[in-house]
Amino acid sequence: MHKYVIKRLIMLIPVVIGVSFLVFFIMSLAPGDTARTILGEDAPIEAIEALNEELGLNDPVLIRYGRYMVGLAHGDLGTSYKSGRSVFTEVMSRFPDTLKLAFWGMIFAVVLSIPIGIISATKQYSLIDSVSMVFALLGVATPNFWLGLMLIIGFSLHLRWFPSGGSEGWKALVLPVITLGTGCMANITRTTRSSMLEVIRQDYIRTAKAKGVGYRSVIYKHALKNALIPVVTVIGLQFGSLLGGAVLTEAVFSWPGVGTYLVNSIKAKDTPAVLGCVIIFSICFSIVNLCVDILYAYIDPRIKSKYK
Amino acid sequence: MENKKAKKRSMTMEVCQRLARNKMAMLGLAILVVLVLCAVFADVIADYETKVVAQNIANRLKGPSAEHWFGTDEFGRDIFARIIHGSRVSLVVGLISVSVSLILGGILGAFAGFYGGRVDNVIMRVMDIFLAVPSTLLAMTIVAALGSSLVNVMLAIGVSGIPTYARIVRAAVMSVKDQEFVEASRAIGATNVTTIFREIIPNCLAPIIVQATLSVAGAILSTASLSFIGLGVQPPDPEWGAMLSGGRNFLRDAVHLTLFPGLAIVITILALNLLGDGLRDALDPRLKQ
Repeated sequence: MHKYVIKRLIMLIPVVIGVSFLVFFIMSLAPGDTARTILGEDAPIEAIEALNEELGLNDPVLIRYGRYMVGLAHGDLGTSYKSGRSVFTEVMSRFPDTLKLAFWGMIFAVVLSIPIGIISATKQYSLIDSVSMVFALLGVATPNFWLGLMLIIGFSLHLRWFPSGGSEGWKALVLPVITLGTGCMANITRTTRSSMLEVIRQDYIRTAKAKGVGYRSVIYKHALKNALIPVVTVIGLQFGSLLGGAVLTEAVFSWPGVGTYLVNSIKAKDTPAVLGCVIIFSICFSIVNLCVDILYAYIDPRIKSKYK
Repeated sequence: MENKKAKKRSMTMEVCQRLARNKMAMLGLAILVVLVLCAVFADVIADYETKVVAQNIANRLKGPSAEHWFGTDEFGRDIFARIIHGSRVSLVVGLISVSVSLILGGILGAFAGFYGGRVDNVIMRVMDIFLAVPSTLLAMTIVAALGSSLVNVMLAIGVSGIPTYARIVRAAVMSVKDQEFVEASRAIGATNVTTIFREIIPNCLAPIIVQATLSVAGAILSTASLSFIGLGVQPPDPEWGAMLSGGRNFLRDAVHLTLFPGLAIVITILALNLLGDGLRDALDPRLKQ
């Protein structure tokens, strides 16, 4: 098992190289003159030329990428064109806020969705099943930025229960967490329900019931454990959309995280900042996927035995 | 030959009948038909020049009324008319971007699945790199590089969807490539490309159709997301996400600016998801059971 974890961690290196190349190549397709963007349209041509030379922008893409990778290997994500500060410092100063949002968003989604999914499956076609499935369908269909705006109108502007922006105190966290977590919650609820439905019809569940095992034990010990694999997969995949969603949620609630920094950097054509943000997000996503794979082994002993 | 045709027809009919029995899927389909009709006849329903783009400050921020069903925006433009014309943008972006993903991802997945070995390894490792970047972020990066425009949004969303289709088509091709009809095709001298596109792909369409239906919903949502943060369709073109973004400054006094475009997105995505789920059940009845 340890060997597998180490192997997967080593495999993160080609992923980071690949992602950085992909994003670097995409950003190099940007039309226009970066130096002109930094200095402004009225800047003299000599100054533009000098800055292009200083930033190494006259070199071919592969040379620039090689230079970037050497920096990345030393933890250097480059310097922001806009602020002149290290991108790594800029991203890391905002990262805890984004992580806080993503963490609580996921907790909100998981804590509500798994019990709802289980109840829906065990009471299939009941009123509670129908209501929760309607909410799950609506949750999947509702864009989180619109939900955020509706929550602001209801709970911030009218009821004045929660602030509409900022990140100070637990009250500021409530609306962004609901906004971010609702879509994930809906997806996890649907997966839990369908996975549980499949498992509770298996012979071993019937056998457990026939043996006189208690209802709770059958559901939570025998069925849930076997139904968790697809649920954990979806949770891992949802983390990716959670990171994408965090960008939009942060935009709605003026949350001072990496998402807001990314959007501002895109608008300012601050290429190193955009690259840095996407690489950090991708590394996080890959680490979460690795954690999900490791979690499989703990949930399902059959998977664990493969790595022994 | 006749038998094969009859069997094919009866299977299609069977799928259609199963789909028709699914009330939720039919509801989704009905909503989509209305939406497509709105998009096609948008100019008949509301004139583009006078109601969608022309500004009328005297009419600004009017609430819903008989004259303006969904009220007017900060420039006095009719929100109902903009939503109707916005459906055109959403559906076009949804269909074209999914076509980009489907064609490119499908070809890559088909080759990876059919040839296997090194070809499969190279293609799928490249797809893994694409998958390591969350799709919304990848789309944002592409739009950031190429600039904000409708074409670039379609391209960005299309490219970010390629790995999903490559995986689905690869899995589907691998599941059928060793079957007898593929061997028969080879035996009569068909080239690999002919075998892939004439024999294999038509036999693994079910998961592709389901994914495509669900992806249109995802593409519409991504377009709205990009426009919401100012990276998608640019004003004064009517797009639901951009309309929501414009309404953010008037949350207190004019809720209708954000309420109706948001509802349009929710209803469209809901309809596509209902139809997608219904198609999945109809094409693979085991899932329903």
